[in-house]
Amino acid sequence: MSASVLFDSPGPRTVARHRAYSVVAAVLIVVAVAWAVKGFYDHGQFAYDKWEAFTTPSYVQALLVDGLLQTLLMAVLAIAGALVMGTVLGLGKLSDHRWVRWPAAAIVEFFRATPVLLLMIFIWYALGIKEDSSGFLAVVFALTLYNGSVLAEVLRAGINAVPKGQSEAAYAIGMRKSQVMSIVLVPQAVKIMFPAMIAQCIVALKDTALGAAVLAPGLMRVGKAIYTELHNQVPTMAVVALLYIVVNLLLLWLATWAQKKYVGEKKLQVAMVGTMDTGRGV
Amino acid sequence: MDAVTSNFDLFLKGFGYTLFLFLISGLLSLVLGTLLVACRVGPVAVLRWAGGWYVTLVRSTPLVVVFAFFQFAAPMLGIRFGWVDVHIGAFDFTSFFAIAVVALTLYTSCFVCEALRSGVNAVPLGQAEAARAIGLTFGGTMSQVILPQAFRASVPPLASVLIALIKNTSVAFIFGVGEAVAQMRIMTNNHSSERTTIFLAYAAGYILIVFVFSFLANRLERHWRVA
Repeated sequence: MSASVLFDSPGPRTVARHRAYSVVAAVLIVVAVAWAVKGFYDHGQFAYDKWEAFTTPSYVQALLVDGLLQTLLMAVLAIAGALVMGTVLGLGKLSDHRWVRWPAAAIVEFFRATPVLLLMIFIWYALGIKEDSSGFLAVVFALTLYNGSVLAEVLRAGINAVPKGQSEAAYAIGMRKSQVMSIVLVPQAVKIMFPAMIAQCIVALKDTALGAAVLAPGLMRVGKAIYTELHNQVPTMAVVALLYIVVNLLLLWLATWAQKKYVGEKKLQVAMVGTMDTGRGV
Repeated sequence: MDAVTSNFDLFLKGFGYTLFLFLISGLLSLVLGTLLVACRVGPVAVLRWAGGWYVTLVRSTPLVVVFAFFQFAAPMLGIRFGWVDVHIGAFDFTSFFAIAVVALTLYTSCFVCEALRSGVNAVPLGQAEAARAIGLTFGGTMSQVILPQAFRASVPPLASVLIALIKNTSVAFIFGVGEAVAQMRIMTNNHSSERTTIFLAYAAGYILIVFVFSFLANRLERHWRVA
């Protein structure tokens, strides 16, 4: 809602008042930032040797290849698995047969309400914590199960959001249920779901950091290795956070672009589902 | 099943910490999130800009990284929680708990802010225009027309943010709080042959909490639904 509807355009006195507020707020923010910078400075966090690692090729390579690349790989595998699982369960939840619909709904509800970390640790134990690859696999499987059940719900909501006339018209010209789904409903639903799906990719990517609890590879492990060696916890975590933020902002930008291109002003109302741009699926 | 039933007090204690984390950081996030949204929709450009950046940066960062950064950075900024040492019954609230509450609050308040903002945006423009047309002032328009509807419209997204918070409290386990996941790990280590039962029992605990909360949220939403 544009603010201009709510009040008349400000007169000279209000403009002056707002300017005064701005100055006060700016001063407060500058003081807070300066206080933080001074705190870090007093503890030598800006010393060159704390940051040297991030200009040294071998450390940068470790961060990008063993860290970022592994993190992205886990996220991509999990999303690919989640898409398959989400499609199967989402269509299962829309089935006409009770014996398909109920188990699908039960699986979706179970994995959506269970914390990813609990799932991850269980899978890690089940795979054997001594194995080298079990951390990686635990992250991938746990994220697949969680995001798959969220995507199932997104798919169901997307298909329900297609106007009813579409399926009625398709039945009227004699299509079977499978044809109505695959030719008419799913292609339109995917278009509506696109931004919500990208938002779920962001959630999956952020959740790969939970792999720290199961000794999985990725940015957290490389970060920990760097700060145990060099005792530069704050700079390392800042760099790790920055890498996550850059990738996530790229995805967010992609989601906004897809929203404009494919969905327009129509909004998908998916209550309790994991779309991030409305604050869901944190 | 023996592992869970014979250690049922530990099971309950774990979920007790989970609930305390949820209630305290949930309330604080609602307060901080409301302040943030006031900054973001208010007339002061500097605050709008600062609020926008805070939300964008923090919500793009994984919760674990927020936790770790805060844990490392807070002592350097003179923020120490050594004074937090409260014991209520079987529960000990120490600096680990305090750090977890602050980190969860810093993270969740961004999503609360976005949920409230989507509520304000959900109020149709015509409502504001009609309120102005019948001569209500800015204060009247906001308090009588916009905010009551915005608050109701933001109940569903707020509920999902808080449900996510219930599950996110599990991250506190990595940073030394003895909540449900931490107890589940200890129990699994002691009774590794029963790990599936133990996992299902803890999952059931979370599912129960989430379902009770979303049932209450649904009731509230239906009660307050805007026609």
